[in-house]
Amino acid sequence: MSRMQKSQTKAVMTELEKTPTGIGGLDEVTGGGLPRGRPTLVCGTAGSGKTLLAMEFIVRGATEFNEPGVFMCFEENEAELTKNVASLGFDLQALFARKKLALDYVRVERSEIEETGEYDLEGLFIRLGNAIDSIGAKRVVLDTVEALFAGLPNEAILRAELRRLFRWLKDKGVTAIITGERGSGGTLTRHGLEEFVADCVIVLDHRVAGQISTRRLRVVKYRGSLHGTNEYPFLIGKTGISVLPITSMGLAHPAPTQRVPTGVARLDAMFGGRGFLRGSSILVSGTAGTGKTSLAAAFAEAACQRGERALYFAFEESQDQIMRNMSSIGIDLAPWVKQGLLHFHAVRPNLQGLEMHLLAIHDRVREAKPKVVLLDPITNLISVGDQLEVRSMLTRLIDFFKTQQITTLFTSLTSGDDAPEQSEVGVSSLMDTWILLRNLEHSGERNRALYVLKSRGMPHSNQVREFQLSSRGIELVDVYVGAGTVLTGAARLAQEARDAAEALARNDQIARLRRAIERKQRSAEAQGAMLRAELEAALEELNQNIDQETLRSQASARDSEQMARKRMADGEASKSQSRSPKPKEGRKNNRHRVSHLMAHSNGGRR
Amino acid sequence: MTQGTTRDTAQTPAAPNKDFWQLRLYVAGQTPKSMIAFTNLKKICEEHLPDKYQIEVVDLVQNPSLAQGDQILAVPTLVRKLPEPIRKIIGDLSNTERVLVGLDLRPSTPPQP
Repeated sequence: MSRMQKSQTKAVMTELEKTPTGIGGLDEVTGGGLPRGRPTLVCGTAGSGKTLLAMEFIVRGATEFNEPGVFMCFEENEAELTKNVASLGFDLQALFARKKLALDYVRVERSEIEETGEYDLEGLFIRLGNAIDSIGAKRVVLDTVEALFAGLPNEAILRAELRRLFRWLKDKGVTAIITGERGSGGTLTRHGLEEFVADCVIVLDHRVAGQISTRRLRVVKYRGSLHGTNEYPFLIGKTGISVLPITSMGLAHPAPTQRVPTGVARLDAMFGGRGFLRGSSILVSGTAGTGKTSLAAAFAEAACQRGERALYFAFEESQDQIMRNMSSIGIDLAPWVKQGLLHFHAVRPNLQGLEMHLLAIHDRVREAKPKVVLLDPITNLISVGDQLEVRSMLTRLIDFFKTQQITTLFTSLTSGDDAPEQSEVGVSSLMDTWILLRNLEHSGERNRALYVLKSRGMPHSNQVREFQLSSRGIELVDVYVGAGTVLTGAARLAQEARDAAEALARNDQIARLRRAIERKQRSAEAQGAMLRAELEAALEELNQNIDQETLRSQASARDSEQMARKRMADGEASKSQSRSPKPKEGRKNNRHRVSHLMAHSNGGRR
Repeated sequence: MTQGTTRDTAQTPAAPNKDFWQLRLYVAGQTPKSMIAFTNLKKICEEHLPDKYQIEVVDLVQNPSLAQGDQILAVPTLVRKLPEPIRKIIGDLSNTERVLVGLDLRPSTPPQP
């Protein structure tokens, strides 16, 4: 009792102490493990993995945390149990030998037991206590204590004793797992074990939906601790159980700024010239035959050319088929496979449940340690689970890839009738970069077009590009944008030719107009020259006339002078001499007027 | 099997034969319940099996490892080792009728193979 109080005050003072289970993912969900020194109830339907979870708890405790454990089983005997868990790689015999594990099979046979009055289960306590003490156990599993209800007729005694048992386990300070069969009427366990074990309750579930089974785990209750409350798919794989928290509790993966080329130069250019961000998730969506796989293959090839490892998960085509098809567009993947840089993992999606796919992907990623992962296409996984499941699986995957700084390219097939901006599984919000491929149908042909719908954390082109696949590889071409239409393919070529012709015609027209101007100018000049020549001729004539007239008038003046001299009229002579410059002046004036005229005509010509 | 018994109360140390009852009573310490069980058992044996029974009392508190062999959970548990088959009777043996049925001494009541 004093020990209990001590542990309680301790719990108040500090945070609840936890015992790591060592089960992949479970410690993440429970925030560190099961409550130390307290019993935990693990309940579930038949075949949901209760026993395996409990056994892994014990085995991991013994092998990884140096905490020996007691496994008390009520349903299977030691030999059966040893054999059953050997398939998970648990070697119980070795653990017995090293005194890390004690196994006690408790057989309760109703038909052998006759009840004759008062009794208690001290025998069970003694056995358990003995087992715990013999190896110094820190962990205890009771699997399934409910078998006692079938074996012992007096339920009142049994309940009282179970209550005592769980208190006793707490007092012993062992971390215990009690398993229980799931009840039918909404109760967690068939016999209401949850009323005894109140600290931590984990429910396992095994559901079959669409012929594919999924195991799930949920922490229903964890007193004194935060825990993930969701249902988490879990797997029983070759190495035990792994719980896959759909999202890790935190959201704190690093965000590198390094860029990785896309494998298509022109596409790099659309992302500011440098391609995708490393560690980002890229969605390539499009209808059938838009070139999703080709884009994925180009990206994979680019990664291999950089010397990075790439891992290609193909859910639709086989490795050979992809390699053959890609070689037809000039992407030769074979050498990279040979060099071990490119790994394929081609499986049918409905081969196994989603969680097994997740496990396979995790395993392959851990093995191959790729820098680039391609999932082609994720749409096919929908056939395995419903939208919500696929979404949660992808969330989990993306989380996983991001923490590993793996750049991931997902392809997604959208059906023709949907809005192309709506990806089938509604995962677009999880994606950092989204490339949309679509078919443009115009004048009797289909052409592929590529858009970048979004790309977080970088400038990116908002332009549509024509996406061409040829034996030379992938090319992106500017589409014809003009006069209110977007044209691709032959229509684009035709339009471009038409445009060229029009441009040519326009140039001709301009040249023609230019020449006309020149001609006009020249003729104007010619006319000017002619006018000037005429003017000059006229002036010359006029000047000549003027000169003649002047000469004539001078001559007449001379004549009249001579006449006067002849008449000896001296007085008159001096008079006429003083008057003689007058006509000269007049002539001068005339000249001046003509030159002014000429100057005027010059100005007109100019 | 090791005889780690605390109180060996063999009434008739005769050789085991078909008409001999070898009984083992598992208790956990000398609690009132175990005392009652032992007293009841002895009374029944004296009454119904005079001179052809042996009672071995195993105290699990002192020999905890013995609990596993006979699959003991409840205490007190009376195990009929002989004659075969093994039968188990749990409780303080206060219900004599049930004890007799359990020991196959009264086959009239619901038969138990």
